[in-house]
Amino acid sequence: MTQTITIDPVTRLEGHGKVTIQLDEQGNVTDAHFHVTQVRGFERFCEGRPFYEMPSLMARICGICPVSHLVASAKACEAIMSIRIPHTAAQLRRMLNLAQMVQSHALSFFHLSSPDLLLGLDSDPAHRHIFGVAAARPELGRAGIGLRRFGQHIIELLGNKRIHPGWVIPGGVTEPLAPAKRDEILALLPEAYSNIQIALNWYKQIADTFQSEIEVFANFPSLFMGLINEDESVEFTDGALRVIDAKGAIIEDGVTATRFTEIIGEAVEPYSYTKFAYYKPLGYPQGSYRVGPLARLNIAQSMGTPLADIELKQFKQLALGPLQSSFHYHHARLIDILYGIEKIEQILSDPLILDKHVRATAGVNRLEGAGQAEAPRGTLMHNYKVDENGLITWANLVIATGQNNNAMNRGVLQAAQHYIQNGKFTEGILNRVEAVVRTFDPCLSCSSHAFGQMPLHIELLASTGDLLDTVSR
Amino acid sequence: MSDAGDVKTLIIDDKEVSALRGQTILEVARENGIDIPTLCHVDGLGDVGACRMCLVEIKGSNKLQPACVTTIFESMEVSTNTERLQKHRRTILELLFAERNHICSVCVANGHCELQSLAQAQGVTHVRLPYRNPDLHVDASHERFTIDHNRCILCTRCVRVCAEIEGAHVWDVMGRGIDSMIISDLNDPWGESSCTRCGKCVQVCPTGAIFDKSKIGDPHPKYPDFLPYLNLMREAK
Repeated sequence: MTQTITIDPVTRLEGHGKVTIQLDEQGNVTDAHFHVTQVRGFERFCEGRPFYEMPSLMARICGICPVSHLVASAKACEAIMSIRIPHTAAQLRRMLNLAQMVQSHALSFFHLSSPDLLLGLDSDPAHRHIFGVAAARPELGRAGIGLRRFGQHIIELLGNKRIHPGWVIPGGVTEPLAPAKRDEILALLPEAYSNIQIALNWYKQIADTFQSEIEVFANFPSLFMGLINEDESVEFTDGALRVIDAKGAIIEDGVTATRFTEIIGEAVEPYSYTKFAYYKPLGYPQGSYRVGPLARLNIAQSMGTPLADIELKQFKQLALGPLQSSFHYHHARLIDILYGIEKIEQILSDPLILDKHVRATAGVNRLEGAGQAEAPRGTLMHNYKVDENGLITWANLVIATGQNNNAMNRGVLQAAQHYIQNGKFTEGILNRVEAVVRTFDPCLSCSSHAFGQMPLHIELLASTGDLLDTVSR
Repeated sequence: MSDAGDVKTLIIDDKEVSALRGQTILEVARENGIDIPTLCHVDGLGDVGACRMCLVEIKGSNKLQPACVTTIFESMEVSTNTERLQKHRRTILELLFAERNHICSVCVANGHCELQSLAQAQGVTHVRLPYRNPDLHVDASHERFTIDHNRCILCTRCVRVCAEIEGAHVWDVMGRGIDSMIISDLNDPWGESSCTRCGKCVQVCPTGAIFDKSKIGDPHPKYPDFLPYLNLMREAK
């Protein structure tokens, strides 16, 4: 008799997801899916609203990375206004986006994934959480909480609020950086450096013990995409898109937001509210690609900051060509954090950073605009159409989690096929299936444009469709 | 003698006060440091008693009266803050919130909204009525300003300031009851109306219904305090 395993809800994710694993009569895995089970309709209820309201409205899509939505949305609005924002405003936004990346990555690595990495994938679920980490390795728990605070504190200093800050508007930012705030951010840096070094040193020591997981955690060739500067260094806020193939050859470069839809299409599957983005020339699903920390490091030649560059060099030595296992997302995430801290320091030493001119103004000069930015978990694209009065007539968001959706599904299937044999599985095995999803740090709030708690549910279904077992948290 | 005289004495909230004939309860109360909450009233404009926030109890009458348009009389006894009145005020505010789409978190007037601060002051913690969620439009056709009917509470301050102070009478009210809408000219787009672009309606609007496009993302406090001075200067001419 065939059966289906359901993991519902998938835990330690940002959003509500479910995994189903289909077994054949011998109890071997035939198929597996990662479902995003809610829908919110953000794109629909934006219709009729003035375009200049979009950044603050869109940022409400998620409390984890509102800043990325603020930035991508503001850039789409600026395309409608046909303006270039002042240099200082661009730098301040870049800093805000990096601060958010640091706090979100800290949340993903320490709060969501480090329990698996430190305590073990088979450890007691009752203690497999950030408090368990803090009890076992207090300095690691403190580093994680400290890095998250670091990012949130900068967001609060710049945007006056930790979650859903205002400040970023079409045309720039609402107020310049005050010298006192710059000094306060500078004072936060030493502790942040020390915290990320603790994490990097520890991760590099333990990574080897996860060889078997590295082998089967979404480990397959795929395309990778991300924003990059002209000098081939990592970029989060401006730059243009690059796509590489599984061997590392550049197949698209210099793709600006307006050209995004020429190369990226979106498919829909019946089992998920999140769309499946794909590279158009290869079609769906062959054109599936990955975005996020692993993709950013795979496409870039340098980080553009000294300490992170040393780490990148070591990282790239882990494989010939692009790293294919999604387990390496964890490592890439830590390098991103180090880069973020260094880059924030660089931005603060910009001689124009305290300049008062931080806003450009204009009305509606084009009826369509697109903007892209790197959210912590990957490339984010906002695309709007407006009428001549600037009221939104159509909106589309292409979210990192949608772009990783196919890879997550393939990864879940790969891990399930590896671990579940003859219908036998343990809690630790199902946790591994969840952990594959966690490497991508998907954020289901904005991917489905959905809301809710953040749990996970796994279902084991027989070939007749009967529910054999479920694991819920 | 005293009843025919210009000076009247009355009691507001157990406080003996004197006032001039023709003054409203609201004027006299505020002159004497007694606060009566208001929403459609703004100093410098004629009152219409639309919002009913300033309802007060008058001894000898079972009927509640709006303080902004009720004139005082000799030996009147007024209560401005009884439990019954507080309950009515909260209910009125809940009705206003339920009637249209008031989403403070993304509103340009968040933190500077009279409806919002009044609800806080009156202790409105929940809206017990189902929201109507009407499908209302935004008129962004004006070069400088926008009117978002979702946030309009039909206080008619914009109508009055445009007619009484600016003298343009661009704004008016169309329809009846719950279907009432603020319109410019004969329901033309604001940008194509006879608007003089003076911006007075922006400053008197108590919510984020009428706002300055350039203020999006910034704090957008309104400054209606200019009205009494404007009237004073005109009278002095």
